[in-house]
Amino acid sequence: MRLDNVEALAKCREQARASIDAYTCRILVCSGNGCMASGAQKIYDELSRLTEGLNQVSVEMQKDVPHIGTLKTGCQGLCEYGPLVRVEPYDYQYVKVQVEDCAELVEETVKNGRPVERLFHRDGDAVYEHPMDIPFLSKQTRIVLENCGNIDAESIDEYIAAGGFSAFAKAITEMTCEEVVEEIDKSGLRGRGGGGFPAGTKWKQVLRQKEKERYVVCNGDEGDPGAFMDGSVMEGDPYKLIEGMMIAGYAVAAENGYIYVRAEYPLSVKRLKHAIAQCEEYGLLGDNILGTGINFHLHINRGAGAFVCGEGSALTASIEGNRGMPRVKPPRTVEQGLWAKPTVLNNVETYANVPKIILQGADWFRTIGTEGSPGTKTFSITGAIANTGLIEVPMGSTLREIIYDIGGGLKNGATFKGVQIGGPSGGCLVEEHLDQPLDFDSVKKFNAIMGSGGLVVMDDNTCMVEVARFFMGFTQRESCGKCGPCRIGTKRMLEILEKIVAGNGEMEDLDTLEETAKFIRERSLCGLGKSAPLPVISTLKTFRDEYIEHIVDKKCRAHVCKAMQAYVIDPEKCKGCTKCARNCPVSAISGNKKEAHTIDTTKCIKCGTCLENCSFGAIYVQ
Amino acid sequence: MTNTIYDITRESDVIMLVGSNPEHAHPVIGMQVRQAVARGAKLIVVDPRDIDLASKATVHLKLKPGTNVAFANGMMNIFIEEDLIDHKFIEERTENFEAMKEMVKDYTPEKVAQICNIDPEELRKAARLYATADKAPIMYCLGVTEHHTGTEGVMSLSNMAMMVGKIGRPGCGVNPIRGQNNVQGACDMGASPNQFSGYQNIDKPGVLEKFEKAWGVELNPNIGTKATDCFPKMLTGEIKGLFIFGEDPVRTDPNTHHVIECLKAVDFFVIDELFMTETAKYADVILPGRSYAEKEGTFSNTERRVQRVRKAVEIAGDTKPDTWIFTEIMNRMGYPQPHLTPAEIMDEIASVTPSFAGISHARLDSEEVNGQGLQWPCTSKDHPGTPIMHVGKFARGLGYFRPAAYVPSMEQPDDEYPLIMMTGRILEHYNACAMTGRTEEINEIAGSSFIEINKADADKLGIENGEMVQITSRRGTIQARAEVAYKTNPGQCWMPFNFLEGNPNWLCSDALDSISRTPEYKVCAIKVEKL
Amino acid sequence: MIHLTIDGIAVEVEEGTTILNAARKYGIEIPTLCYLEGILPDGSCRLCVVEVVSRGRAKIDTACTLRCSEGDEVFTMSEKVVESRRNSLDLLLSDHRLHCFSCEANGDCKLQDYCVEYGVEKTSYKNMEVRECEIDDTNKFFSYDPSICILCHRCVNTCNEIVGRGSIGTMNRGFQSIIGAPGGKKWIDSTCESCGNCVQACPTGALSMKRRKKYRAFQADKKVRTTCPHCATGCQMDLIVKDNKIVDCVGADGPSNHGLLCVKGRSGSFDFVDHKDRIRHPLIKNKETGEFEQATWDEALDLVASKFTEIKNNYGGEALAGFACSRSTNEDIYMLQKMVRTAFHSNNTDNCARV
Repeated sequence: MRLDNVEALAKCREQARASIDAYTCRILVCSGNGCMASGAQKIYDELSRLTEGLNQVSVEMQKDVPHIGTLKTGCQGLCEYGPLVRVEPYDYQYVKVQVEDCAELVEETVKNGRPVERLFHRDGDAVYEHPMDIPFLSKQTRIVLENCGNIDAESIDEYIAAGGFSAFAKAITEMTCEEVVEEIDKSGLRGRGGGGFPAGTKWKQVLRQKEKERYVVCNGDEGDPGAFMDGSVMEGDPYKLIEGMMIAGYAVAAENGYIYVRAEYPLSVKRLKHAIAQCEEYGLLGDNILGTGINFHLHINRGAGAFVCGEGSALTASIEGNRGMPRVKPPRTVEQGLWAKPTVLNNVETYANVPKIILQGADWFRTIGTEGSPGTKTFSITGAIANTGLIEVPMGSTLREIIYDIGGGLKNGATFKGVQIGGPSGGCLVEEHLDQPLDFDSVKKFNAIMGSGGLVVMDDNTCMVEVARFFMGFTQRESCGKCGPCRIGTKRMLEILEKIVAGNGEMEDLDTLEETAKFIRERSLCGLGKSAPLPVISTLKTFRDEYIEHIVDKKCRAHVCKAMQAYVIDPEKCKGCTKCARNCPVSAISGNKKEAHTIDTTKCIKCGTCLENCSFGAIYVQ
Repeated sequence: MTNTIYDITRESDVIMLVGSNPEHAHPVIGMQVRQAVARGAKLIVVDPRDIDLASKATVHLKLKPGTNVAFANGMMNIFIEEDLIDHKFIEERTENFEAMKEMVKDYTPEKVAQICNIDPEELRKAARLYATADKAPIMYCLGVTEHHTGTEGVMSLSNMAMMVGKIGRPGCGVNPIRGQNNVQGACDMGASPNQFSGYQNIDKPGVLEKFEKAWGVELNPNIGTKATDCFPKMLTGEIKGLFIFGEDPVRTDPNTHHVIECLKAVDFFVIDELFMTETAKYADVILPGRSYAEKEGTFSNTERRVQRVRKAVEIAGDTKPDTWIFTEIMNRMGYPQPHLTPAEIMDEIASVTPSFAGISHARLDSEEVNGQGLQWPCTSKDHPGTPIMHVGKFARGLGYFRPAAYVPSMEQPDDEYPLIMMTGRILEHYNACAMTGRTEEINEIAGSSFIEINKADADKLGIENGEMVQITSRRGTIQARAEVAYKTNPGQCWMPFNFLEGNPNWLCSDALDSISRTPEYKVCAIKVEKL
Repeated sequence: MIHLTIDGIAVEVEEGTTILNAARKYGIEIPTLCYLEGILPDGSCRLCVVEVVSRGRAKIDTACTLRCSEGDEVFTMSEKVVESRRNSLDLLLSDHRLHCFSCEANGDCKLQDYCVEYGVEKTSYKNMEVRECEIDDTNKFFSYDPSICILCHRCVNTCNEIVGRGSIGTMNRGFQSIIGAPGGKKWIDSTCESCGNCVQACPTGALSMKRRKKYRAFQADKKVRTTCPHCATGCQMDLIVKDNKIVDCVGADGPSNHGLLCVKGRSGSFDFVDHKDRIRHPLIKNKETGEFEQATWDEALDLVASKFTEIKNNYGGEALAGFACSRSTNEDIYMLQKMVRTAFHSNNTDNCARV
């Protein structure tokens, strides 16, 4: 069905709404990563079987979702409590649904509209019937994620029914290119990919270029470990991204757009391909869109699993078929980006913000968030937190709100130690930052970056030196190898960190570490290189005492660094059963029967076999 | 070349490459063409083979060998038909346009497409691309000249350039990429039967007298015989004494059997050479000359740029500078020629050659020239040289359109010899390998001859890639390794002439261009057989 | 025009000029390891950093990328700049196998030169790992040793941007990055045309012509600027002479080649000069045996002169012909045709332009 004009789009919307309204009941099974892992596919199959033959009941989830991979289609957000099932129109949110529960669910809710109370989410005495009752969801403000979990990610009709493409229609019928750019500029929308560069400024610069061949590129190469915000949008609401790019294409007079999708996101690619094909079929992409003479073609490029391709110039190089390596600027991407033509490059979340800004206006957008950073920000919270998952909050929310109000505090009531923000290029926020409002500018002041929004919560079982070593290992491995500071410098830093966690550190290593970090920070060629030493810089600043403990006392307070561990037998508790000595692979344990044993630390390889074998709890790690 | 390599590769919007494979034959020019394409220049390749640059081309006209004139006429037909011509340029700077128009009238794209075996739409695309570009040079090479209608082919390219006003400006022009290092110089220096140095015609009034005066001797007023025409005269006894300086016609001329017979027939044959070449073996006397690294002098490159050659070493033995050898022979034959240094010889050249009047070794070595050489015409000591020819005005005044009709190649395939063979150069070697063949590593990477044959033909003949095959023409038989691919069209083959074993010149036709007397190396009927 | 000062010297340049080019224009040297003229800067070596005070704000950045702006004050050797360069060299040296004595580039190595200039004799890093990868010597003419490669990418940029061949690129990631052919292929299996322009671009000994094993740069007696004897491009090149032998050939910045050479020019233009196959004495064919016999110049020349004179006298000059070589110099060719026209009294002279 090809929509030949804007009126046809409106008519299509009416029809789509009518057909959705015709359903008496919709069962929405979350197919996000967490839910899939806890068996959502079986739930889907079972519910489909049970509802077969029932009129006007739909069970929605993609059947052929692969079981492995990062996938967040329609992630409903509460990843900790999957599989999640929501039943409409009652808006019942069921958690931890098992196959055995399905029959009751169909019988009670679907057929009779009654809740199955035992499947509701509970926190202590509180019972939450509806998603919006749950603090994890109710405390969020969803703009980017508004459709995620609410619409079928493979149905353009559902997107249209939810108001999809009306922003694009408004832009092309009521606004000039300049007005669109102006609106985005006025909204203060900043690039959600990391640096927070104002999107409007970028668009303006591209619009201003003499060269008429231009490109719109979307960075979907979400490479930070633990980050899955963009993947969720691409899988859960691909149309919103497409619409955002269409508006950008119209605004800067580009006829071609490219979406660069991370290699690890096969489902995103599948969903986007499907969505693009549908849009083309509807005449929303391609030539002469909605009969207006506007042309816009979207292409998908798959990354090759390189972290560095998240950097703009490396990303465009990769799309061109070259090795993804950043180049020096100027010329900037807006002047000479893809194929050396003026290019708008934003990330998924940025584009996903665009339709609503156009529809509701810059002024509306500015009512959310802070003065310098309007709008919302999506975060993925992982690590030592009670509720892991994907959230969207207004800019300026505090870490305390995110971690405690939404995230439910630390897992098992552990003590908060810090949160790594911005991935391996980011830094560490600690106790003192808990009540600071977070936006692009404030985070930078704390020696970190907003990044794409990965939050890894750490408790006191986390060794900060090891965290620094882990991230340095990551950036070293992922360095593109172009400039010396990043290629060799991170290697040298990693060598020193490895030395420290191995218990061989010297105090002067800290100076070398700091000097090298400073040099890399100042002299690296690209932003990724420049931010590579941030985890070390920020942990050295905040947790210097831990580094010193490792070096001077050869001690790791979190008992993470193996080299620092010493297995000790408590003579009071040891009964002399000899089980530990018999099981020690290196014969490091000696002692007479029925007498307390001792461990020779020079022989001990810290494998932990003795600890596992001790029936009296007499062995502990020092 | 009318222009410089620099301006046609740096300033052009479209480059039209006709019968030229610079990546192999002129690699450093090839590199600059690749740079031009990377910079955004569009490329039109007119070549019967899939040369590597064809993959970078916007249009590749894979035409039938020997149909260049038809192609050019077809292009001009489209220029006129679609009104892509430069009216002002034609009006102000050219003559005989009407005759040209009349000639190309019948060469409709459809007809030309049939002759050339190409798609008429592709021809239209090429014509529009070239004609509407602001700056577009034509670069051509032996794929245009080495036909019996080679001269017409060259003229047709000039006609095309004039018709759309792409001559006399940077980034334009008609640019032959000359083959050998100093083939330009050899022509400039008057090694021609009809012209003295600087293209001064022997039969032009006053010219002969001028040289008689300068050289102090009575000269033969009759126009001489072109080299390719000399060989038959050796058989008839009209030419009895032959002096060859550094050429190896046994290897490089077509129809090798015939060349050997001619050399054998001559009464007395002297050669000035570096190596015991195939030709030297037939000489009566061999005079050991010197290579470029053992003497001072100049080369003129394809841009008409005169650049210095400097002596680096002297080798053991009793070799002599070639100019010393010629001077000695002149003296011993009774013409009193003083021994001159190369610099003094250049001064003499400048004194008798108006286009070289401003050139001297001292000036070429000066700070003023700064290692950039001088491009003739350079008519006085303070003339800066001429990077671009025909600016504002053609050398002859008005540019003359010379209509040429398409005439098929002399030798057409038939039942017995069903394939057309073309010849050319490969990257690693130079011509007969006399020089490059002495570098072991080069022989290791490119050591033997081969014949490119289309997969369809190979399949018909049961020939596998890499196997040795026998190749026969009306003139001889050779063997070479088969390279089976799609580089050439079905019915066409290609061979390099660089190698001693499997040299296609044993097969080539000695049909000559009617004017320049260049052999038709590019079209020869052959058959290929499994061994 | 933009006005600024570099190390106190007033400088005037066109808008858009980089600080590096502005400095070079005024003869102020800024060290570079990765910079290649004519293409977008690679910016990877970080050595060309300078301190710039622009509108009252001081910053340190690479001179190859910074564009001059009005009123800038540039300092190319300030304390901070020197410190930064030392740090860069320190890091590069920490990943560079130091075997200078046996390295072909000894004395002809920019890394060595700069380390001497900035007093970085050895790296300050301890117990560091140096990349140990296999040397790729599969190319017939040159080899690549990753353990001394500083990843300046001059070779890659030369091959991709200037030569336009694109045979090599950066392989692997992070510290393990090396230069090589895509797909882990050996050099010989790549699309490399062996032109060797990458080798000429290498500032260290990582890419080295195999023939460099026979001599060190400082042992050469002379460099002779000349024109390549192969095709008609007219590339300028320097023949390197040691002990009256040509031992090497490198590209020079000529108007038609801009420093580039092809495989023939670089590697096929000098072995033949003093090759054992050269004819080194006049030879006269013994009519009876058909064998060539060595003769003196007088014997040979007298025989030639007398035979040609005899033919000329008996059959006229037109029975003689003399062909010139399109490979020889203008001066040779001119004299040859003069010989034919004056001594032979014939215009039967030609050259091999037609064949």
